[in-house]
Amino acid sequence: MSLLNDSIRNLHKKIQDREIKPSELVSASLERISATDEKVRAYLSVHGEVAMERAKQLDEIPADAGLLYGIPGAIKDNLNTKGLPTTCGSKILETYTSAYDATVVSKLNDAGVVSVGKTNMDEFAMGSTGENSGFFPTHNPWDLSRVPGGSSSGSAATVAAGQVLFSLGSDTGGSIRQPASFCGVVGLKPTYGLVSRFGLVAYASSFDQIGPFTQTVEDNAIVLQAIAGHDPLDSTSANLSVPDYLAALTGDIKGLRIGLPKEYFGEGMDAGVREQIEKAIQTLESLGAVVGEVTLPHTKYAVATYYLLAPAEASSNLARFDGVRYGLRVEGENLIDMYKRTRSEGFGEEVQTRIMLGTYALSSGYYDAYYLRAQKVRTLIKQDFDAVFENYDVILSPTAPTPAFALGSNVGDPVTMYLNDIYTIPVNLAGVPAISVPCGLTNGLPVGVQFIGKHFDESTLLRVAHAFEQAAGFSARASL
Amino acid sequence: MSITLQEVEHIAHLSRLALSDEQKAKMTETLGKILNFANELQELDVENVAPTTHSLPLKNVLRDDEPRTWLTQEEALSHAPQSENGHFKVPAVMEG
Amino acid sequence: MTTTVSKYETIIGLEVHVEMNTRSKIFCGCSAEFGAPPNTNVCPICLGHPGVLPVLNREVLDKAMKASLALNCTITKDSKFDRKNYFYPDSPDAYQISQYDKPIGQNGWIEIEVDGYTKRIGINRVHMEEDAGKSTHAEDGSSTLVDLNRAGVPLIEIVSEPDIRTPNEAKAYLEKLKAIMQYCEISDCKMEEGSLRCDANISLRPWGQEKFGTKRELKNMNSFNNVKKALEYEQAEQESMIESGVAIEQATLRWDDAASKTHVMRTKEDAHDYRYFPEPDLVELEIDDAWIESVRATIPELPAERKARYQQEFGLPSHDADVLTASKRVADFFEATVQTGVEAKSASNWIMGDFLGYLNANGLEIEEVPLQPGQLGAMIKMIDVGEISTKIAKEVFKEMLQSGKDPQAIVKEKGLVQISDEGELLKIVDDVIANNPKSVEDYKAGKEKALGALVGQAMKATKGKGNPGLLNKLFLDRLNA
Repeated sequence: MSLLNDSIRNLHKKIQDREIKPSELVSASLERISATDEKVRAYLSVHGEVAMERAKQLDEIPADAGLLYGIPGAIKDNLNTKGLPTTCGSKILETYTSAYDATVVSKLNDAGVVSVGKTNMDEFAMGSTGENSGFFPTHNPWDLSRVPGGSSSGSAATVAAGQVLFSLGSDTGGSIRQPASFCGVVGLKPTYGLVSRFGLVAYASSFDQIGPFTQTVEDNAIVLQAIAGHDPLDSTSANLSVPDYLAALTGDIKGLRIGLPKEYFGEGMDAGVREQIEKAIQTLESLGAVVGEVTLPHTKYAVATYYLLAPAEASSNLARFDGVRYGLRVEGENLIDMYKRTRSEGFGEEVQTRIMLGTYALSSGYYDAYYLRAQKVRTLIKQDFDAVFENYDVILSPTAPTPAFALGSNVGDPVTMYLNDIYTIPVNLAGVPAISVPCGLTNGLPVGVQFIGKHFDESTLLRVAHAFEQAAGFSARASL
Repeated sequence: MSITLQEVEHIAHLSRLALSDEQKAKMTETLGKILNFANELQELDVENVAPTTHSLPLKNVLRDDEPRTWLTQEEALSHAPQSENGHFKVPAVMEG
Repeated sequence: MTTTVSKYETIIGLEVHVEMNTRSKIFCGCSAEFGAPPNTNVCPICLGHPGVLPVLNREVLDKAMKASLALNCTITKDSKFDRKNYFYPDSPDAYQISQYDKPIGQNGWIEIEVDGYTKRIGINRVHMEEDAGKSTHAEDGSSTLVDLNRAGVPLIEIVSEPDIRTPNEAKAYLEKLKAIMQYCEISDCKMEEGSLRCDANISLRPWGQEKFGTKRELKNMNSFNNVKKALEYEQAEQESMIESGVAIEQATLRWDDAASKTHVMRTKEDAHDYRYFPEPDLVELEIDDAWIESVRATIPELPAERKARYQQEFGLPSHDADVLTASKRVADFFEATVQTGVEAKSASNWIMGDFLGYLNANGLEIEEVPLQPGQLGAMIKMIDVGEISTKIAKEVFKEMLQSGKDPQAIVKEKGLVQISDEGELLKIVDDVIANNPKSVEDYKAGKEKALGALVGQAMKATKGKGNPGLLNKLFLDRLNA
């Protein structure tokens, strides 16, 4: 634990100074996983031998080793890693090994990262508890009887459990930020188009973004720096130069204008969460930030909009899992029978529900009433953010209305479940970046504050998140 | 608007999912609840609103017409549940 | 063939898929070449592996714009791509990336000449899409084998307006479309390799009725002649259905060439619900006038313009100009031949007659024959100067087509040089007169035709090498002396 309980910057210095070797760090990471993962279950696969072999190769440290050189990290299991399993937490891909590396994985490899394994997740990133994994649920390191959040359940839990320095997750409607909040770690969803999606198994193409989980904002900035940037293999990747994110961490947020959307502070927010968020607002004011109430008038429509658009895209994206070229095949009497058996046995209940919902929203006679209308409401929601950002630098809200809830407690109404994502979903609809930073505990469970920024203004987000983190001094760690 | 069992059956076929009777009943109820909730979008006037497909206004992303080789036939077929003579093999196709 | 006037007007619309001849596929870098071993021109992207993304090939867009402009379409400046969802093993993503409501080209037309009249056929739309792979069904019906080399090869689909009224018009439309695509170097349009495919919608309505009848769609015609045959068959079929009171239902039919009939593939009940929606993995297009004009500038002289020029510049009859310009390669060959300094009409006659006849008879394409335009020019000149007769030339030409040798070499090798020596020919003329008293008598009695018979005998005696003009003159001299 001690070796890994450090910042990436410090570890980098130790590596450069030959105080520690990458193989020692990776070995510490693997030991920590074997000591704790029986309880946490953050991993779908751990690649100990591959990781150690690579780490040993990195023990010859070049003079120009970057910040992530030799740093152990983990990859969400919906990111392709050549020659290694990529299951998306689904039985339908249980036997699949990637034919290629996702762009982010190549970038991390080039930076000298050692990936130790693939993290558990809600099947095809559909869910917000981790319980929709086709294999087993991940447990929250702060309280093993609670969920870590989702869908990037394993990626949040592994960082919270101190098993790795960072992990990658994906966020379609809150799948990085909400588990980061539940697990007391920093989670960033970048602007849509900042990080290449090539190699990320699509859930909803127009919302999905890859982002880092870390213990600190500075670590997060370091990982973001490594994965951001234009990729010719992704048509939706923005062709912009990537700023120096570390340079943004000045600690100075004097005069920064922070908007509090009144729609986010209504009913449904847990009292303990509200208390921590109010404390966070005071901290920011004490740093010189200017806080004011703003309005995002179409907030109440965001969840419904998302639950029409994302499943529509998903119904098409997941059609390729048909038992023909890879993955599970359950034989049938004829082709259609094979398709149906494969997909019904391969996909879990939530995935099937969303495929059905999306197919319905796109089907003949319903397209205009559901899909097209939702696309139009998406425009209104995006305009809400544009209007606020004319006068404000960032928007602040809780990341989730509650702290982590008990495993197995959310089995009732799907709409109640979906409404838990009310603070995170509008961000994906608008395509803007947002970060969740731990701000305190309620009943021993972490609470995250979410900062939402302008398109491609991750620098400001990281700056305010960093300044807040330093001032708030949240340093509690899950004890395992 | 709500969804009927017949519609659920039709959508399941379009989605290539085989649902048991029990699953169909549950799916009808679940989808009904979600669609009922989604109906709140009907109260908005979106007559003059343009739809958003992409949150980023990117245009004309193109690549050059340069061929490159990536996988061999063996690699391409290595992931397949069944293959034969350099082809992917599937059960007989029935029209529909 | 007797034609009776039908009580019904036939309405035909054609959907033509043309595979573009780009080097790589539409959304990935795999080779788009035809004929590779199965599943060798594939990658994770065109195999639809998890996590892959498409990126549009610039050349595909430029060629689709070029085709649209050549078909007199308006370019859709905010064109985009959509997903067409359906499950089939040769469609790896289980959706085809196509264009739904914003096709690259709209509202065009082409002009066809058929059965002695000229007609304008509207083009409803031209859109880009990816091709599917190829399924081979086992004879015993137990399994299907899938080759995904073709998956992702770029296609344009050209949809006509329902302006076509006869199977002959349909064939003429296809020939014109093919010529335009070849002129623009968009595709080789080989139906046998599937680089041009045609589906036809056909319906009948009583003359004078405005409302269209119920249409049926015909698939699987593998040649222009088959399209015509299938439409003729279906025309008769629908007429007899209407006459016998059978309601025509919307259906897709498959043309069975061997049996020369159609089979119903599917009816309206099992029609697809494709659930089109905007492709979120590709961004929209924004095409400005400068771009359109730069593409327009690459369009070569098209068949109609070339035909008009041949009539004006070379004084060719309309029929000749039509036949020569139907294929760009034939037209180019013709022009290169004329440039060697021979009479245009002579070049046209040789190309339309012996040359195209040879190609058709042997099922060859012009580039598969070694003959060069310069060689044809040289041969025509040899005829013009009397070095060989037209009759000998036909023999020489056949040899040229097969071996690619120069005409001079063939004539020399085979001793085919024309005999124009008066003394030598006079001996033969005298022999023929001596041995054919009956013909001589007939001629003297005023039967001019008998002269031909005598010249023919002399040609036979010279094994075709006698100069026929000179022989004619020598006979006249002798007989009228």
